[in-house]
Amino acid sequence: MPLRLERQENISTLRLAAAPLVALVVTLIVGAVMFVALGHDPVRAFTIYFIEPLGDPWTLQELVVKACPLLLIGIGLAFCYRANRWNIGAEGQYVAGAVLGSWLALATHGTEAGPWVLPAMLLLGAIGGALWGLIPAFLRVRFGSSEILTSLMLVYVAQYGLDYLVRGPWKDPQGFNFPQSVTFDDVALMPLLFGEGRLHGGVILALVTVVVATFVLGRTLIGFSIELGGSAPRAAAFAGFDEKRVTYGVFAVSGALAGLAGIVEVAGPIGQLQPTISPGYGFTAIIAAMLGRLHPVGILVSSLVLALTYIGGEAAQISMRLPFDVTRVFQGTLLIAILAADVLVRYRIRRVEGASHA
Amino acid sequence: MAADGETASPVAVLEAVALTKRFGALVANDHVSLSIRAGETHALLGENGAGKSTLVKMLCGLLQPDSGELLYDGAPILFPDPASARAKGIGVVFQHFALFDAMTVVENVALGLPGHEPLATLAGRIDDCVSRYGLAVEPFRRVGDLSVGERQRVEIVRCLLGDPRVLILDEPTSVLTPDESESLFRTVDLLTGEGRAVLFISHKLDEVRRLCHRATVLRGGKFIAEVDPRQESSAGLARLMVGAEVPRPPRLIRHELGEPRLLLRHLNVAGDGSRGSALHDIDLEIRAGEIVGIAGVAGNGQTALFEALSGEKLVDDPESIVIDKMPAGGLGPTERRALRAGFVPEERLGHAAAPDMTLSDNVLLTTHGDGAIVKYDVIRHSILKSFFRRIVKGFDVRFGGKDPKARRLSGGNLQKFVIGREVLRDPVLIVVDQPTWGVDAAAAAFIRTTLREKAAEGCAVLVISQDLDELLEFADRIAVMSEGRLTTPVPVAETSREAIGLAMGGAQTNGAHHAPAGEGSHAA
Repeated sequence: MPLRLERQENISTLRLAAAPLVALVVTLIVGAVMFVALGHDPVRAFTIYFIEPLGDPWTLQELVVKACPLLLIGIGLAFCYRANRWNIGAEGQYVAGAVLGSWLALATHGTEAGPWVLPAMLLLGAIGGALWGLIPAFLRVRFGSSEILTSLMLVYVAQYGLDYLVRGPWKDPQGFNFPQSVTFDDVALMPLLFGEGRLHGGVILALVTVVVATFVLGRTLIGFSIELGGSAPRAAAFAGFDEKRVTYGVFAVSGALAGLAGIVEVAGPIGQLQPTISPGYGFTAIIAAMLGRLHPVGILVSSLVLALTYIGGEAAQISMRLPFDVTRVFQGTLLIAILAADVLVRYRIRRVEGASHA
Repeated sequence: MAADGETASPVAVLEAVALTKRFGALVANDHVSLSIRAGETHALLGENGAGKSTLVKMLCGLLQPDSGELLYDGAPILFPDPASARAKGIGVVFQHFALFDAMTVVENVALGLPGHEPLATLAGRIDDCVSRYGLAVEPFRRVGDLSVGERQRVEIVRCLLGDPRVLILDEPTSVLTPDESESLFRTVDLLTGEGRAVLFISHKLDEVRRLCHRATVLRGGKFIAEVDPRQESSAGLARLMVGAEVPRPPRLIRHELGEPRLLLRHLNVAGDGSRGSALHDIDLEIRAGEIVGIAGVAGNGQTALFEALSGEKLVDDPESIVIDKMPAGGLGPTERRALRAGFVPEERLGHAAAPDMTLSDNVLLTTHGDGAIVKYDVIRHSILKSFFRRIVKGFDVRFGGKDPKARRLSGGNLQKFVIGREVLRDPVLIVVDQPTWGVDAAAAAFIRTTLREKAAEGCAVLVISQDLDELLEFADRIAVMSEGRLTTPVPVAETSREAIGLAMGGAQTNGAHHAPAGEGSHAA
């Protein structure tokens, strides 16, 4: 007896809003089962994971620092996903932005270059990410290839490209043969917000992005055309909005914000290029975008939640000797739970009596 | 409501007794009764939303009634699924066909049958059925190459192979030319002559009066009457269906025609293979103050014509479309709207409106280029809302809530919204595809009157419609579209249903369209 999903009319906004919260609760239940299966006390594990980091000022700062790239990338992804364009390759755009931005930092290394270096690096980072993002957009518009596949595959191209650079031409000659670049000069580093601690200028950038994106998506014709293109493509064409331009536009924005996140991270907390510059921010940001209902303010909240799983994961690694993969499991469970909750809110499962092909 | 059919046997094959079906707060069928006798053609009449489809779905097992019962040969029966109804000889031909384009006729038929009959013997049975009932169908043709009328015949053949006692035809003539309709009527007569029952669902009163022995009328989900349609006038049946006199739009008041607002010169559009005909050498002139109708069976290039006019598909020669003296063939939809043209596509949900966006957001679809609502790319919501309220008030758009999603509106109300959105932009040219498709009679009359008034104010109106009665009623001139070609428009007074019908079937010999005046059999 096959099952069928039936679209439900008249979904209350309360149910729509509750869906992510239900998903969080389900994730915690699954997590508890996992901890028990691993032989740990789930209450202690949750305390270490989710409660203790919130009590410590230093980790709170770290939380914001980790949320920053998630927020930037997630907002960019919201542009894509609202337009029904599935950019899965933000991780690659992040790397591409980091590489292009770092090029300037390395090219000016040891020179007397002035304070223009950092802004130029940020600009290059955004351009690098946007260019990388435009590749799947072009392939889709020109050849109709699935952007899901092409954007994802380009992640690995970018990552291996970075790997080559830091092991080859951009390797620090005085770096004892470690695969990393020189440490950036001060003019190429993100300033710290209070002169000390962990918070850096990228946090301001991310918050400004929230404000600008909220306005663009909610108040402008551009935002409207993105939404319309995703919701009813034929109506969008009828309204006179060019589908190709929207596709290029959302991939460019999404890539630029991911690239910006990449260069901010390299010029900020990391300070140099190395083979691994992201614990999977580009992928985790997909969850942040979905959990945040594709709304910039929602993504602000969900980025903090997901940053907590990173911080908690690090803490659990140290004090409980749990592998970091537990964090990945958490994030994956959360994504599946959100997607399932979304489907169950909008659709009802019905059994279909008999097999009919009218 | 006693049995009084003289040609039909008095025993009902299938009878619905006080069936009730609710969908949430909506009572789609409220104690509806219907009895179909062997050997009769029974009409089910009602406007859109009267509950016809719900009733049919309960008769064939697709829906279960909340209360009431079905009688089969006088004994209560349950149809838990369509297969059990089919097993009892209930066959349905729906408006939307369930055929696979890439497969042949015989393969499509085989898919619907139990067991594994060799295709060759099945093709033989199809041929028998075809010759017996005059249904021209070739078993080994690909369904994708068939016309709509042929596809309908495939569906009918598929039903007949199951030897049904009751054949339900859901709005069968809405996709047929007058000629094809005639041959369908002959088939129906043959079927009832064999003692089968036919339930004929339609809102075309003339054909119901000709063809059917009895008619059950539904209105607002309720049983209204069972009548002998041969004894009733079309106006009388319409009154039963609508519950009031149907208002007629005012006939054309003669006024001077103005400048040409739309000029098509050798408009050519290449076919894209998958979706219907291309356009060949279309010439047309519409002047300010007139309504020109384009008749034709669906799939003859109307969609391509609409998309070429609206700018969704650009044409090679920009001079082949001239809007208000400006070559417009190379302009996109927004630029054409800037020339004060307005467009209303056939599909309301998904084309004219985004189903999951609010109604006020849907205002933006065609008004974002007009200057007032969007300035420097910023949407000015207060102006948008006031324009939205003007549409709702001026065009009597009814809905629940303050600003629902477009999906939540009934067909008639959404169509009034879509028309109002264009009319209030004060266009000099309106192109409307199927203005009253699936719209209730009152809304349809309102829409026609509105377009009539717009024309009187000096707007040029192009109406593409498959409803010939509608065009005869309110267009000034009518042209016919067939296989991507357009005949020269002829004043309504100088043509007839027969001439138009011939042209719809593709008989485009010169003069066929110019039948003598006064032969029109359009009664109402």
